[in-house]
Amino acid sequence: MSDTTHGPDRKERNAWFEADARLKRRHLADKRLRAYGIAAIVFALGMLATLVGTILITAAPAVTQTMVTFEVEVPEGSVDPANPSGGSYQTMLNASIARIFPDVDTPRELRELRQLFSNGGQYQLRDKILADPSLIGKTVSISFPMSDIGDQLHKGVIDRNLPPDFRRVNDTQIAWYDVLVERGQISSPLNWGLLFNADSRFPELAGLRGALVGSFFALLVCFLVSFPVGIAAAVYLEEFAPKNRLTDLIEVNINNLAAVPSIVFGLLGLAVFLNFFGMPRSAPIVGGLVLSLMTLPTIIIATRAALKAVPPSIREAAIGVGASKMQTVGHHVLPLAMPGILTGTIIGLAQALGETAPLLLIGMNAFITAAPDSMFNPSTALPTQIYIWADSPERGFTSRTSAAIIVLLGFLVCMNAIAIYMRKRFERRW
Amino acid sequence: MKLKSLTMAATVAVAALSVAGVAHARDQIQVVGSSTVFPFSQAAAEQFANETGSPAPVVESTGTGGGMKIFCGGVGTGHPDVTGASRAMKLSEYELCTSNGVTDITEVLLGFDGLSMAVSRKGKQLDVSKAQLFQALAAKVEVDGKIVDNPFKKWSDIDPSLPNAEISVMGPPPTSGTRDAWVELVMEEGCKTFPAIEALDKDAHKETCQRMRTDGPFIEAGENDNLIVQRLESDPNAYGIFGYSFLYENQDKLQGIKVAGVEPKEETIADGSYGISRPIYFYVKNAHRGVIPGLNEFVTEYTSDEAMGPGGYLEERGLIVLAEDRRAAVQKAAKDAVNMPAPKK
Repeated sequence: MSDTTHGPDRKERNAWFEADARLKRRHLADKRLRAYGIAAIVFALGMLATLVGTILITAAPAVTQTMVTFEVEVPEGSVDPANPSGGSYQTMLNASIARIFPDVDTPRELRELRQLFSNGGQYQLRDKILADPSLIGKTVSISFPMSDIGDQLHKGVIDRNLPPDFRRVNDTQIAWYDVLVERGQISSPLNWGLLFNADSRFPELAGLRGALVGSFFALLVCFLVSFPVGIAAAVYLEEFAPKNRLTDLIEVNINNLAAVPSIVFGLLGLAVFLNFFGMPRSAPIVGGLVLSLMTLPTIIIATRAALKAVPPSIREAAIGVGASKMQTVGHHVLPLAMPGILTGTIIGLAQALGETAPLLLIGMNAFITAAPDSMFNPSTALPTQIYIWADSPERGFTSRTSAAIIVLLGFLVCMNAIAIYMRKRFERRW
Repeated sequence: MKLKSLTMAATVAVAALSVAGVAHARDQIQVVGSSTVFPFSQAAAEQFANETGSPAPVVESTGTGGGMKIFCGGVGTGHPDVTGASRAMKLSEYELCTSNGVTDITEVLLGFDGLSMAVSRKGKQLDVSKAQLFQALAAKVEVDGKIVDNPFKKWSDIDPSLPNAEISVMGPPPTSGTRDAWVELVMEEGCKTFPAIEALDKDAHKETCQRMRTDGPFIEAGENDNLIVQRLESDPNAYGIFGYSFLYENQDKLQGIKVAGVEPKEETIADGSYGISRPIYFYVKNAHRGVIPGLNEFVTEYTSDEAMGPGGYLEERGLIVLAEDRRAAVQKAAKDAVNMPAPKK
């Protein structure tokens, strides 16, 4: 009797317990899942912070450039006013350096002294005289970079407390440097040269101008080619093409093309543009064309998505009032899809800006000490410039490589920010 | 409106394409070639551009073999004018050149470059012979007159006088000219001290002498020498192989190990007492002289005493300069555009 009354009760209670335990387990699993997610995010952010942090710390010495100021006498008659570029500016510079260190006279010591100063000083003096020939016969004050070792010494990258065998500068050089510091001839202003100088074999003179201009031309070509072609292809596929096997095949291929490794496009560019069409090596035009091959699928896919997002009612209304298919697309669908298309294009171009591998194959990793005047002149691009600097033995390039990476990252962040802003600002919800 | 601007853009793009397709005259000198010669070509190019005000030459680092391939591609503005090499041109490359119409080439021996094996300042200095380096790094070595897979794991296994530490050496990959030079100057030389290996027939001998071990102690560390420097710094037991200029620039962090008792230094490389140094060449396409503006002046600048002479700016970048009489001969040949004979091998 009691069994029959207690039986279901106990069963019920057991069921309750079981349900309770199950619920607890499910909540635990839920919490665990959330914890895994948070751990993954923390891990990813930690990696990112380490990466950016290391780059920032390494780049820090490149923010300033140690400069030295000298009063240089340009004697009358030492420079021919008719041909001022032929003057012996190094001699004048050496004379004014020698005035400060009169007791340095052996060739070996003179050479060691000159090692402290950049080779660029004489050209700076020359350019100053070229710009203003009336300075001949006067004393000119020029401020030019210390050499790499002078710069590293000033920034403390070279530790002067190490034994002489362990460092690039010897004790006399440090003593000379100290004299210059005492005389107030050393300063360390912001390193604008990093952005505005062209490349150089001397880290203290090397800058990104050639790379920035080269990247600009390459992206311009890339945009001019891939934007119209991409939109034309997408509009045709989305609005005009019949749905059949062939268009399916094309669609699959476009999607696959977006996933092809970039080095393959580089090989293609080498074979087609350089070897077959005979285009100039290392030129931004070729770089731009290769990059446009890579950007095209991205733009086509983005454009098709944007076109799909325009509701059919717009098209039907346009056709309803008698617009032709072309008018429908040109006057209504495409303008409405434009924000989405532009967002996709900018993201595609940002990808192209950071691409290195294809540019290496078409020779855009060359050393050129001048920025290109046009898209047909040889030049480097930002990522390839980083590649070249990373491989250079001089210590000054270590920090400059990281600084160049920051410049590249800065451009990428800006481009992506513009894309996000445009999407937020102009995108229409239907 | 939108469509019109699109059509415009497309037309501009097509126009740009067709303009680029037309072969164009080139006013910059083009230099390709070995990554070892790259810093020297850079220096000469920058000096040349600064001094003459001519358009800056385009210097590209393609590796010795890659440079030869492009250089020998033909005559005309589409092909480079100068290529650098960290070894002499091979017969096969010369034949490729001739078959493409590049028959008049001047060979310029620029100087020498030392190869060094280095370790962190915190690590142990080593004094090894080439034979011991061969024993440490080859895939197969001679033990008791038999040729066996390399059994040596520690330096002290090779010779009890060497430190009791794991062998760990980072070096360049086979695509690198530095690797070719290391094999030629160290491995093949070291090989000669072992009678059983010397007794092998030609192919087997070559194979045994040239193959680096792949069981761990030798690590291929990629072409970027700065990366090897960083890794040596963090691991004081590891040794690294690279060009002398990298050791020179990083002497606060690294020390060069002694080979047969001699430390790598400018003086010891120049006088030949340090045994691992290789010649550095560049090749000039004579058909381009007088066609590409400034090429003659560039070659003159590159071979001037201010560049390749003692105290010149190439020496500052790590070049070991030639003795005076040899240098004068090289300078004369470069100036007079003397064609090189076909290489012997």
